[in-house]
Amino acid sequence: MRNRLKVLRAERDWSQGDLAERLDVSRQSVNAIETGKYDPSLPLAFRIADLFGLPIEDIFLKD
Amino acid sequence: MAMYKSPATRRYMIRMAVLMTVYLIALFAAVRIFRHTDIAGVPAYALAIAPALPIIGVFWAVMRFLIEEPDEFIRMLLVRQCLVATGFCLTVMTIWEFLQNFDLLPPGNGGFGAAFFWFIGLGIGAIYNKITMGTIGNCA
Repeated sequence: MRNRLKVLRAERDWSQGDLAERLDVSRQSVNAIETGKYDPSLPLAFRIADLFGLPIEDIFLKD
Repeated sequence: MAMYKSPATRRYMIRMAVLMTVYLIALFAAVRIFRHTDIAGVPAYALAIAPALPIIGVFWAVMRFLIEEPDEFIRMLLVRQCLVATGFCLTVMTIWEFLQNFDLLPPGNGGFGAAFFWFIGLGIGAIYNKITMGTIGNCA
């Protein structure tokens, strides 16, 4: 699964650490999701979507 | 960059430090008492088992961390680490036992039991996580 996390983060000028803090997860988690090594659970995906104010499908895209 | 440390991680590290300290004390005491006294019967069994209890405590601490850690990615890394450790431990012990069954290795384990190889396996699991996921997570 691809995602637009890096772009959305850059638009807000947030570091991976900033995003991790806002999501209450580790920086490693943000990095793993951004690089496609880890697909988040549905609850975490909803938290990410809520944070960016976007629907999940606008952030996470099918391969 | 600062390492992520959730309250669960901190609890885990404190538990591990306490358990390892208790293990060293129990092991030292057991070895000394068995060498220098004629301890026998129920007390001997209790003393022999004493160093095993903190090791069992380490298994508990690892599994407890798995339950308490709120970060799902860190949890997944630890699950992978434990699976690698379990696979490694079972593989080594199975091969070792068959070599002993056919008298190709002497009986006994020289003090290196299943727990020792499981802990080695945790280290291998951490390396596996580093190579495949780019991080070892936090601990264990």
